[in-house]
Amino acid sequence: MKKGIISVSNAQTTLDTGRRDFLKLSGVTLALAGLTLVGCEDEPIMQHSDVFDLGKGDVGILNYAYALEQLEADFYTKVVNNFYSGISTKERELFTDLYHHEVIHRDFFKAAISGATTNVLPALEFHYPNVNFNDRNSVLATAKALEDTGVAAYNGAGKYIANPDYLVIAGKIVSVEARHAAAIRDLINPGSADFSGDDVIDANGLDLAKEPKEIAATAAGFIKTPFTWKELGIQ
Amino acid sequence: MNLLKILEKLSDDKFYSKEATRLDALTGVTHFGTKAAIAAIPLGLGSLLSTKANAGTNKVLGNTVLDTGALTDALQLALTLEYLEDEYYRMGLSAGGLIPSADRTVFMQIAKHETAHVAFLKAALTSLGETPVAKPTFDFTAGNNFTPFSDYNQFLILAQAFEDTGVRAYKGQAGNVMGNRQILQAALQIHSVEARHASQVRRIRSNKGWIELDNGGNMPAATNAVYAGEENVNQAGFNTANAFGAAAGSAAYDEILSGSDAAAIAGLFIV
Repeated sequence: MKKGIISVSNAQTTLDTGRRDFLKLSGVTLALAGLTLVGCEDEPIMQHSDVFDLGKGDVGILNYAYALEQLEADFYTKVVNNFYSGISTKERELFTDLYHHEVIHRDFFKAAISGATTNVLPALEFHYPNVNFNDRNSVLATAKALEDTGVAAYNGAGKYIANPDYLVIAGKIVSVEARHAAAIRDLINPGSADFSGDDVIDANGLDLAKEPKEIAATAAGFIKTPFTWKELGIQ
Repeated sequence: MNLLKILEKLSDDKFYSKEATRLDALTGVTHFGTKAAIAAIPLGLGSLLSTKANAGTNKVLGNTVLDTGALTDALQLALTLEYLEDEYYRMGLSAGGLIPSADRTVFMQIAKHETAHVAFLKAALTSLGETPVAKPTFDFTAGNNFTPFSDYNQFLILAQAFEDTGVRAYKGQAGNVMGNRQILQAALQIHSVEARHASQVRRIRSNKGWIELDNGGNMPAATNAVYAGEENVNQAGFNTANAFGAAAGSAAYDEILSGSDAAAIAGLFIV
């Protein structure tokens, strides 16, 4: 399997991605993936289809993360452009930070994927049929759902990542999503155990980890633009 | 076997060449005093990432080489950090009058998770045929530099330092556990719990839940090593400071700590 070649070549004992040229590395990975496609595929991928497929291997994972970050960035953009009435200075600052972080994550994935492949997820369209952006409770509840979903998504997708550099980047992002989730949860129920509540942390002290299929079902309510991820069974 | 012995076991000649940089990196923690500095020196000689010292334990599956030594070393480091947190919160919760009633719920929840992490990691190591390391003897004063169980502010400072260190330490081991999907996923699931804890403790201290630049947030210089490198705004060649500045760009990503750096920080609290 080509994945074996990739993981052996990346069997590093240190993972300081700051010292490496990630985009070049990912280009190498993609070249190998390309060979796999040419060599092994009996049927051509349906490139003429209107529906975007996230792709195979690490490209699929990166596009998946990009989709989720697009959703979060879009949501917080709407929040900061229309703060709910009576918002406190502290909450205004917090939502502005979340908006910044998620936009940075989104733009990072766009740049990283674009540096590696032409199979870059387009800008998705979103809608929020059940969210009242003028209402604090509604905004907080949605933010909580999105952040918890983000954490569970990264936790569940990590095992599918072949390139350790991508894994570390995902790790750098998911802990920030978890920091967000705790802060939002504490705004909803201050001083309680909810910041890492028993609804998300199990008896072993483990946070949620969800498979992409489950995440896609959760996020589908917000995403207007259809896409597939055939490799992970998302049609 | 304690952490220091593991590190001795893992010492490898070729890592001595890193000693100078290791000592440089430790300058931020030498404020802890002579005792702490002495404790830190042997840690600088070994590395929990020194996987090649365990080359004999490698297993070949297909054409993928799984370094089981690196995997179990990573889990032993994680267990040591969880022992530290578990004991710290239990001592804090049992210190009369230390934690105000408004904050007890939070620390009881955190303590519950750390206890669970200790049990989970012990079971994971046992299932891999490894003997879990014994709990070290901790000195949370770090050689009379802190009084966390009589001064709530200091208790919070160390709690924040331990949680922020934990987040970075787990992240730093990702590459060493990725050969085992179950372990990787569990490690990620613990990692995000530590991040939730970190956010909450930081916010109790009136900090943001996330780390901007290398500023821990009203933390003593003795904890600088915990935050060194967090100011990074270059993620794989992408400048995260471009859109909204370096504070937001650095906060959007948590950085890793190497195994040896994490062990050095933990080692300051190990007798």
